[in-house]
Amino acid sequence: MTFIFNLLKPYKIRLFFALLLKSIAALADLMIPFLIAYMIDTQIPALNNGDSLMPLYLNGALMVSIAFLGWVLNVIANRSSEYIASKAVETLRSDLFVSIEGLSAHDVDTFSKPSLISRMTTDTYNIYRAAAIIQRLGIRAPVLLIGGILLSFTFDAVLTLVMVFMLPFVSLIIYQASKKGIPLYKKNQFLMDQLIRKLREFITGARVVRALSMNDHEMAQFQHINQTSNESELYANKVMARVNPMMNIVMNIGLVVVLVIGAYRLSLGFTKIGAIMAFVTYFTIILNAMMGITRIFVLSSRAAASSERIEDVLTQDIEVQEGQELYQVNTKHPHIEFNNVSFSYLKKTNQLKNISFQLYKGQKLGIIGATGSGKSTIAKLLLRFYDADEGDIKIYGKDIKSYTLHSLRNQIGAVLQHDMIFNEDIAFNVSLHHHQKDVETSLFHAQANFVFDKEEGIDTTLTTSGTNISGGQKQRLLIARALYKNPDLLILDDASSALDYQTDQKLRKTLHDNYQETTMVIIAQRIASIKHCDLILYIDQGQVIDAGTHDELIAKHPSYQAIVQHQLGGVAL
Amino acid sequence: MMMQFSPPKETHKNRVQNKSYVYKRLWDYLMRYKFKLILALILTLFSNAFSLIGPYLTGQTIGAMEDGVDFPRVFLYGSLMIVFYVLSAVLLYGLSVMMIGISKSVVFQMRQDVFNKLNRLPIQYFDTHQTGDIISRMTYDIDTINQSLAGDVIVLLTSFLTIIVSLSVMILTAPLLVLIFAFTIPLTILLTTFLSKVVKQKFRIRNKKLGELNGFSEEMITGIQTIQAYVVEKEVKDDFDVINQETSEASYKAGYYSTAVMPSVGFISNLSMALVGVFGGILYVRNMMTLAILTSFTLYSRRFSGPINQLSGLFAEIQSALAAAERVFQVLDSEEEVNDLEDATEYDYLGGDIKLQDIQFSYDGETTVLENINVEAPQGKVVAIVGPTGSGKTTLVNLLMRFYDPQVGGIAVDQKPVLSYTRDSLRKAFSMILQDSWTFYGTIHENIAYGNGDVTREDVIKVAKAAHIHDYIESLEEGYDTILKNDGTSISKGQKQLVVIARAMLSKSKMLIFDEATSNVDTETEMKIHQSMKALMKNKTTFVIAHRLSTIQDADLIMVIHFGKMIELGTHRSLLEQKGFYASLFQSQFE
Repeated sequence: MTFIFNLLKPYKIRLFFALLLKSIAALADLMIPFLIAYMIDTQIPALNNGDSLMPLYLNGALMVSIAFLGWVLNVIANRSSEYIASKAVETLRSDLFVSIEGLSAHDVDTFSKPSLISRMTTDTYNIYRAAAIIQRLGIRAPVLLIGGILLSFTFDAVLTLVMVFMLPFVSLIIYQASKKGIPLYKKNQFLMDQLIRKLREFITGARVVRALSMNDHEMAQFQHINQTSNESELYANKVMARVNPMMNIVMNIGLVVVLVIGAYRLSLGFTKIGAIMAFVTYFTIILNAMMGITRIFVLSSRAAASSERIEDVLTQDIEVQEGQELYQVNTKHPHIEFNNVSFSYLKKTNQLKNISFQLYKGQKLGIIGATGSGKSTIAKLLLRFYDADEGDIKIYGKDIKSYTLHSLRNQIGAVLQHDMIFNEDIAFNVSLHHHQKDVETSLFHAQANFVFDKEEGIDTTLTTSGTNISGGQKQRLLIARALYKNPDLLILDDASSALDYQTDQKLRKTLHDNYQETTMVIIAQRIASIKHCDLILYIDQGQVIDAGTHDELIAKHPSYQAIVQHQLGGVAL
Repeated sequence: MMMQFSPPKETHKNRVQNKSYVYKRLWDYLMRYKFKLILALILTLFSNAFSLIGPYLTGQTIGAMEDGVDFPRVFLYGSLMIVFYVLSAVLLYGLSVMMIGISKSVVFQMRQDVFNKLNRLPIQYFDTHQTGDIISRMTYDIDTINQSLAGDVIVLLTSFLTIIVSLSVMILTAPLLVLIFAFTIPLTILLTTFLSKVVKQKFRIRNKKLGELNGFSEEMITGIQTIQAYVVEKEVKDDFDVINQETSEASYKAGYYSTAVMPSVGFISNLSMALVGVFGGILYVRNMMTLAILTSFTLYSRRFSGPINQLSGLFAEIQSALAAAERVFQVLDSEEEVNDLEDATEYDYLGGDIKLQDIQFSYDGETTVLENINVEAPQGKVVAIVGPTGSGKTTLVNLLMRFYDPQVGGIAVDQKPVLSYTRDSLRKAFSMILQDSWTFYGTIHENIAYGNGDVTREDVIKVAKAAHIHDYIESLEEGYDTILKNDGTSISKGQKQLVVIARAMLSKSKMLIFDEATSNVDTETEMKIHQSMKALMKNKTTFVIAHRLSTIQDADLIMVIHFGKMIELGTHRSLLEQKGFYASLFQSQFE
C-alpha cells in the first residue's frame, strides 16, 4: 500500500487543504443539530409574547450561514478530492504501463497478458474508486466520530467513557473483516483475469468457434467461469456485509449500558435527564460515523487487494540488465558472433545447444530447420528478449550485454512471428511514430504497393491485428516497418511465408539491391529465401546439424537436398 | 484487392440514449427476480419500522427516569432494546445478503447475455471493434451497474415511502410549517433534475474514455513484443498518456458535478431546518403552536431530510449506472448474424458438390473485393485458389463459411443454395485450417480435441502422430496434459499450426478448407505429413489456398484470382501451357 502514499505525495498540499476544508465542513454539519437543539430546547421556551425575536433570527441566520459555509466547503473539498484521485490514478496507470511495457518476455508469460490487462484496467479502477470515496468520507467520519464523542463529554464524561469502551470491540470486528476480505478480493480479481482471458480468446477465435459450431461449448465454459467468479464475489461481499450489523449490535448494547448506568447516576444525582437526552442525540451521530468508517474499510480492503496486484508488477525485477555502452559499428570484428550459445526457456530442456557462428557486416545468414527447432530463439536472443544461459553473444566484438537496450534494439529491424498490427493508420504502423510520413520508400521496398491503391493511401486506418488486410499484406507492412529505420541488422523470421512467389522474389531482389550494407538474419521455410545467403545454418532440435553455403549444403547434406528437391524440383504433392 | 470495412455502426445509439428505454431494459433484468425483490422490499420496510422502535424504546427508557428513576422499567426497556437491536441487525444482515444475491444474479445474467450475444454477432463485429473495449463493457460497465442497481432500487422505494409517510405526519402536526417545504422541495427537485442531465452526460464521456483506454491498453499489452523490439516504449507511452490524461480529465469532470449533489441537497435540508426553527419560534411566540408540537415536528423533519439526503447520495451512482447500461445495451442491441431462413434445413451430406456462381462481394458496399467468381468443386475434388496476396482468396473462405454472404450471386452445396441450410449445420460440414492458428488456454489434448466431441487419448495421439507433432508433445514434461498458453512464446507458430492440423484431422467433416494451412510448417515436416494430409483429403471436396506451388499443382482444378477477379481456371498442366499469370507465378519460385 505504500506506493499509494507515494502517489499522493505530489498533491500533499492540495490534499491537506482538501482534508482541512472537509473537516471544517464536517464540523459545520455537527453544529447545525447543536444549534437547532439550542434553539428549540433553550431559546424558544424562554420566549414570551412581546419579547424581541432578534436572538432567534440571529441564531437562524447563523445556522444558514454555517450551512452555506458547509455547502461551499464540501463542494470545494469534494472536487478537490476527485481531482487528486483522478490525477493520482492517472499517474498510477502511467507507471504501471511503463512497468508492463518493460517486462521481460518471460515475466509477461508468467503474469499472463489477460492478468496484466485486468491489472491495468479493473484494478486501477478499484483504487480510483476507493481513493475518491475515502477522501470524501475518510475525514468526515472520523471528525464526526471524534466531534460527537467530545460533545458528549461536555454532557457527561462517565457515560461517554462507557461509550468509548465499546470502540475497541468495533475495531476488532472491522480488523477481522478486512483481514479476511483482502485475500477474498484478491481471489475475485484472479477470477476476473480468467474471465477476461476467456473473452479475449473467444473474440480472437470467433471464426474457429463458429466453423466448429462450438458456440454451446464456449457458452458453457464462459458460464462456468462467470459462475465461479460470481460466487466468489458473492462470498466476499457476504463476509463484508457482516460487519455493519455486528457493529450495530455492539454499539447499541453500549447504548443500553449507557442508559442503565445513566439511570443509576441520575438516581444518585450525578447527572441530569437533559444530559442523557442530549447524549442519545450524539450517539446517533457517532453511530453514523462508525458506519461511514466501516464502509471505508470495506472499500479499502478491495483496493488493498488490487494494489497488491499492481505492486507485484511495479516491483518486478527487471530480468534483462541494461548495459552502458552505445552501439557502434566496428568492422574489425564480426557483426554477430555466437560462441557455444545454449538457452532454454524454462531452464529445463535446452531450446538451443552450442550454437556458434560468425557473421560480418553486410553478410546474410539463413536459418532453416523444423518448426520448434529453435530458429526464432536465435532472433530473440539477438534482440535480448532473453539472455543466453551459456556461451556468449558478441556484437562487433563486444558482449551483447554491454550495450544499452535502446541503442542495440534501435539498430535492429525485426519481423517476428507474433508481431502486431496496431489500430492506427498505415504510416504509423510502418514508422511506429506519429506525424512521420516518409514511409513510402520502405513500403516500396517491402513490395507493399497495394497501400498506394487505397483511397486514403498511407492514411488508411488498420484494424487491430490487421483484420482488414490480408495475411500477405500484413507481412509486407511488417517488413516495411523493419526496413523503415534502415537498420544495421535486419531479422526476418518467417516474414514472407504468406507472400506469393512472385512478390517474394521481387522482395528478395529489392533487399539485395538496396540493402547491401545491412547484415541480415533470415529465418525461412522457403529455400529460395535463403539460398543466396553467405551462411546457412541447418538447425534441428536446437543444434546446428550443418552449416555452409547453399551449394555446400546441397553437396553434403541429403535431407537439405531433399528439401531443395521438394521445393524447387517439382516433386508432386 | 483491398478489404475495407465500414466504420463500426452503433445502430441503436439513439434508442439506447433514450432514458426510458434504458430504464425499461434495466427494469426487465430486475423483474427476473421480482419475488426476491418484493421480499427484500418487505424486509426493508420491517427493518425501517424496527429502526423506529429503537428510538421509541430509548425514549421510553429515558421516560422511566423522569420523576425519579423507575429501575424495573429501565431494565425492562433496556433488555427490550437489546432484543430489538439484535433482531434488527439480523434482519439487516439478511437483507443485505439478499440484495447482494439479487445484484450478483443480475451481473451474472448480464455477463451471460453479453457473451451469448457475442456468440450471435456477425464476424464483422469482431473485425471492427476493439477487443479491449468489449472487455471493458463486460467487466467495468456491468460492474458499475451492479454496484447500484438492486440496492438503489430498494433504497429508492423505501425512501419515497418514508418521505411520503413523514410528510403526511408533518402536515397533520403543523400544516403551516410544512409550507416551508413547499419552497425547499421544488428547489431540490429542480437542482437534481438539472444536475442529472449534466452528470449523466459526463459519465457517458467518462465510460467511453475508459473503454478507449482499456482498448488501447489491451492492444499495447498484446503487442508488447513488437513495442520492445522497436524500442518505441516511449512513443507508445506518450500515446497512452494522452488517452490516460483524457480519461482522468473525463473522470474528474464527472466527479466535479456528481460530488456537488450531496452537499447541495444537504444545504437545502439544513436551510429548511433553520427555517423550521425560526418560523416555529415565531408561531410559538404568537401562541399558534405548542412547544411539544414544535419539538416533534423538528424530529419528523429530521426523519424527512434523512431519505432525501440518502436519495441524493444515490443519485450519482444511478447516473453512472445508466451511462454504463447504455454501453452494455449497445452490445446487446447490435445487429445479429442474419437469421437462417425460416424453411432452412439441416445440411445433410450428399457428396459435397460445391458451386460458386457469379459471386460479387464487398465488405463495405463500396469497394468490390470479389466479382464474377464462377467455379465448381465437384464431389471429392480438390480446388486450389491461387493469386497474389490481397487478391481476395481469404474472402472466398469467409463466403464459403458464411462469415459473410455475397451481395450478388450465390454458393450452392449439393445443388441447393447455401441459404437454404442452417448456418450451423453447414459450417459443421466443413473443416478448416486458417492462416492464423487459433489455440486456447487449455491442455494440448483439449486443443486437438476441440470441436470433435469426446475423443479418447488414443485418437488424439493418432492424429498428433499423423501431424508429426507427437514427438514434440511427448518431449514436454506433461505431454498431452501440458497447458497451452495462448499468448505464450514457447510454442512456435509452426507447431501451433500442426496442432490445428491435428485438430482438423480428427474432424469428421466431409469438406475441407485449407487457407495457407502449412505456411509456417517447415518443408521437412510438411513432407512428413504429406501422406496424412492426402489421406485426410481423400474423397472430400477441398478448397486449398497456398502459395507453395508444390502444394497445389496436384489439385484437380486451379482457380487463379487477381484483383478479385477469376482470371484463369484449369489444371496445373493446362495453365502452364497457357503461359499466362499462373505460369509466371510458377516460374518466379525458381528465380
